[in-house]
Amino acid sequence: MSSESPVALGGSRQDFTPPVHIYEPHRAGIPNLGPYIRELWRRREFASESSKAALRSENTLTVFGQVWMVLNPLLLAGVYYLLVSVLSGKPQGWGYFSHLTGGLFAFYFVSNSMMSGAQSIVGGGKLLLNTSFPRLLMPFAAVRTAFFRFLPTVPVYLLFHVLAGNPWNLGTLSALAFLFLLVIFSLGIAAFFATIQVYFRDATSFLPYLNRIWLYVSPVLITIDKMPKELRSLGEINPLFSLLGGYTEALVSGTVPSLRLWLFASGWSVAALVIGSLFFISRERDFAVRIF
Amino acid sequence: MISLSAFSESPPAVKVQNLSITYRTTMERVPTFKNALVRFGRGERAVREIHAVDDVSFEVGEGTSLGIIGNNGAGKSTLMRALAGILPPTKGRIEVRGRITPLLALGVGFNNNLSGRENIILGGLASGLSRKEVEARTDLVTEFAGLEEFIDAPMRTYSSGMYSRLAFSVAVNMNPDILMIDEALSAGDATFKTKAAEKMDELRRQARAMFLVSHSLGSIKELCNECIWLHKGRLMMHGEPEEVIEAYQKFVNVGPSAMTLDDL
Repeated sequence: MSSESPVALGGSRQDFTPPVHIYEPHRAGIPNLGPYIRELWRRREFASESSKAALRSENTLTVFGQVWMVLNPLLLAGVYYLLVSVLSGKPQGWGYFSHLTGGLFAFYFVSNSMMSGAQSIVGGGKLLLNTSFPRLLMPFAAVRTAFFRFLPTVPVYLLFHVLAGNPWNLGTLSALAFLFLLVIFSLGIAAFFATIQVYFRDATSFLPYLNRIWLYVSPVLITIDKMPKELRSLGEINPLFSLLGGYTEALVSGTVPSLRLWLFASGWSVAALVIGSLFFISRERDFAVRIF
Repeated sequence: MISLSAFSESPPAVKVQNLSITYRTTMERVPTFKNALVRFGRGERAVREIHAVDDVSFEVGEGTSLGIIGNNGAGKSTLMRALAGILPPTKGRIEVRGRITPLLALGVGFNNNLSGRENIILGGLASGLSRKEVEARTDLVTEFAGLEEFIDAPMRTYSSGMYSRLAFSVAVNMNPDILMIDEALSAGDATFKTKAAEKMDELRRQARAMFLVSHSLGSIKELCNECIWLHKGRLMMHGEPEEVIEAYQKFVNVGPSAMTLDDL
């Protein structure tokens, strides 16, 4: 690699070696996005490695270790099975249960992204104060971690999918597209809440409640068509209504979601990513000062 | 006198023009909504301005190793962080040619639950290398730290000396264009210190520039060919280490023997 020698020219992934960095006061919040995004891309290995490290180090001291990755979603499914099929007094079929787990796992992916994204900057004090890189890598790494925690839930869901005798067809495939949109959306809210958290540390205490309410108003515990009218009319302002609604509809019943759901889901995820990231980038130079 | 390299053809490795850094920190230690409400009720402003660096200008030519001295709170670390692009300048301009590896704290990006080997990768990536580049250096780093036996053991089982040896080794073996070291010389035992000093000397010759913040005036004299002295954010003097250190010692009114604890 060319940076072996400090005067090497070309051949490196950097545009030129040695790069000239110019630091000036910036009043307008958002720096030049071109170089920022290039640097973000160049340093992506750092984000993925720190996410991998987080995952690997997570359960090193527990007896079950990495088995927890699969054990967690199984237990979660068990708890909800107890809640909706045993305690409610009106047992539901596997069909409903596969909808529940499918939606729940995806919801937990979003909410994990949000929670650990919010912690990513505030918890990264030493890194923030002593190294320089596009800070957006930190919430993005948190989303990667959340996604890799989501992946082991997929086989767990598929088990219920088979038990329920749900169909496999082209509609099921469109769930992948909705999952992609969910990832985009998560990147956006992780960046957004990471920024909020720097200025209001109390946000961590609000977030679990926000999450809980969000879960109840989203089509996770109930399917879209069984939702009360009031909640359905909230569909336009609840991003997860279209995102999770479309995802579970495609995944569980194998129907291609309506165009309306597609449009809303894409709109929300792109808007979340753009607004969340820009908000983050416009503030990130201030983080080191705030975290001090 | 300023080093000759400042007058040579090549552009300076680092150029600082009228740099000022002002923090607007909140009075409370941790900003919370409650405190914000209370403050709002009292009609108070939360921010307090701290002039950490005040109108500092200097240039550092290629091949220079610059020592930065000054009392606690003089703005030394703030200046380094600004050069590394971590803290934004409030006023002024900084131009840096090359990839800076700041060694402002040891073990940045390390995860105690992972092995030493994995942490070398993490630390290297944190300092801006690619995975391949770091992997190529892993053995070198291990050998330099003298941790061949323990490199696959989790870091939490390391002694603090082993920890700092590895952290130091990661930082100095990433072949930075511009190296910055903030009081990190005291890593490890006497044997390692000698090795570290040799490595620093080698780096000084290879790197485009080196910055060294230290209270150990001895190491500044030994390792640097230029020196600046900061006091309360202002640049007091820039010149030969001998002269600057002499002036600084006169200023703080301690004899030349006062700063030797770290030199042992």
